[in-house]
Amino acid sequence: MSLTTAHSVVAPSSNAKLIAGTIIIAYALISIVPLLWIFATSFKTPPDSIAYPPKIVFQPSIEGYCNLFTTRTRQTPEYINSLGPATGFCDETVRKRNMVIAGPSNFLPRFVNSLIIAFGSTFCAVFLGTLSAYGFSRFKVPLADDLLFFILSTRFMPPIAVAIPIYLMYRELGLSDTALGMILLYTAVNVSLAVWLLKGFIDEIPREYEEAAMIDGYTRLQAFWRTVLPQATTGIAATAIFCLIFAWNEYAFAALLTSGTAQTAPPFIPTIIGEGGQDWPAVAAGTTIFLVPILVFTILLRKQLLRGITFGAVRK
Amino acid sequence: MLNRTADNVARATPEPLAKRIRGISDKGLAWLFISPTILLLLAINIFPLFWAIYLSFTNYRANRPNEVVKNLGFANYQRILGDQDIWIAMQTTAHFVFWTILLQTVIGFTLAWLIDRKFRGHAFWTTIILVPMMLSPAVVGNFWRFLYEPQIGLFSYVISFVTGIPPTSVQMLSNVELAPWAIIIVDTWMWTPYVMLICLAGLRSIPEYIYEAAEVDRASNWRQFWSITLPMALPFIMLAVLFRGIENFKMFDMVNLLTGGGPGSTTEVASITLKRQAFESWRTGYSSAFAIILFVAVFGLANIYVKALNKVKQR
Repeated sequence: MSLTTAHSVVAPSSNAKLIAGTIIIAYALISIVPLLWIFATSFKTPPDSIAYPPKIVFQPSIEGYCNLFTTRTRQTPEYINSLGPATGFCDETVRKRNMVIAGPSNFLPRFVNSLIIAFGSTFCAVFLGTLSAYGFSRFKVPLADDLLFFILSTRFMPPIAVAIPIYLMYRELGLSDTALGMILLYTAVNVSLAVWLLKGFIDEIPREYEEAAMIDGYTRLQAFWRTVLPQATTGIAATAIFCLIFAWNEYAFAALLTSGTAQTAPPFIPTIIGEGGQDWPAVAAGTTIFLVPILVFTILLRKQLLRGITFGAVRK
Repeated sequence: MLNRTADNVARATPEPLAKRIRGISDKGLAWLFISPTILLLLAINIFPLFWAIYLSFTNYRANRPNEVVKNLGFANYQRILGDQDIWIAMQTTAHFVFWTILLQTVIGFTLAWLIDRKFRGHAFWTTIILVPMMLSPAVVGNFWRFLYEPQIGLFSYVISFVTGIPPTSVQMLSNVELAPWAIIIVDTWMWTPYVMLICLAGLRSIPEYIYEAAEVDRASNWRQFWSITLPMALPFIMLAVLFRGIENFKMFDMVNLLTGGGPGSTTEVASITLKRQAFESWRTGYSSAFAIILFVAVFGLANIYVKALNKVKQR
């Protein structure tokens, strides 16, 4: 090794970089194939989607999306011909398969349920989490470590184990299959993550800011409101996104505790069936719509990801 | 200046409220801030847990709420510990947890080590690799069913194309031998990035000067890996294993949608058994006892593990 190289002695050689880069790119490309396949399938026609061998090149169609948002009934060609001209692209596509649109499907209401429950529970969890995290971070709370561990330990329980008594309790309280019940439950699950993450973020804000504000005559509450909260915005936003992703993706509770009015998208999507089994283009279309917000959030969260997935244990 | 503003604010608020805000002690504020969270957890987590403990000693059935509830003592627990099916479910879970963690740790650490070579564009490709773990295991697990379909599924097609096995024989989900591996493959695909990300943080936490010192001492790359890289990244690897271990012990959504525990009960992990007992056979008391046993098991194992982790950290 020449003494004139500017690099540190431990920098990997360019050969090592080339090999490492090739393997990583290969892995990334292979691991992304299932997702690309979901996306591609959502634009296939049902016959194309189940063709053998699987079709990589195909004529794109939005039939999957049409089927996702509508329910259809089979009719005789004579009946279809007797109808007026097709009212839209979906109508036309469906008629080619000897069917007519009977009405909207449940996808949109389920998707809206997912939005309401995810945003509602995220708001509550972050609100409660911020207050508790500040309490744990700044005050001497008796048994603080035990309480924090208690908050975390609620995550050790298998969701099905929690679901049994919750199911009975909600039945008594009339909270079964309601958005409120799901918001309460997801808040309780997310609040442990929120407390642990936010405590980490608030710990990093120097106490001197509040102390200075309090010397200037602010009360503790005002100091919290005006000096700590503005500085914790990034942390609060990151925490909120993590809570949102959990609530958005959650399946076990949703599948066991909701069946109709409050059902969210994850238990609904697998139930989308066409004639003769699962309607894969429609499932893929629903999956695509469901996954896109998460992709956006993942890219936004890149830098905070590590912290979020380890409950703040690894901060980098 | 600020003092005056604060005074103005205090004066502007109605007297009793201002007094209350000014008068609240730090201790009072601490409890005011913490108690809502604790109350919520007591109501949604702890109360149901105690209810489950109570139910576990009874023959209660949720589908017959009006029947007289009999106290059975420890009979449910005895029956579970003697139940052949439960032990098979525990073995299935152990098989699943063992192989997913082994594969994810080996592949995840290797990927992290390669990314740490800092080739051009590594940040972009890292983000791409991270995508699967952020997605809903249920929704994605459901789609894997399509990829696993014999003949028309992409996965089966690729396997038969590469190995020459006839495409109709690649029955990943309905073959008793292959189904456990089908769920291991999806879980590994999904969660390897998680282990990778934590390992990457571990590798990046190793200060450069240690390697420089090793280089001065002419330690071989192999030697550097075994005596610097691996031991210093070990606490991080162990943390990743802890989180994955807990999660996979509880595994429900992905398996439920991929195989539903089948064929037969070859992929029936503990959570699936629990669901079948609690929400299909409606043996509420019995399944509550099983839930408690599972909870104690996770809790106990995690505690022992954390102690070991702290020892490694202190080294």
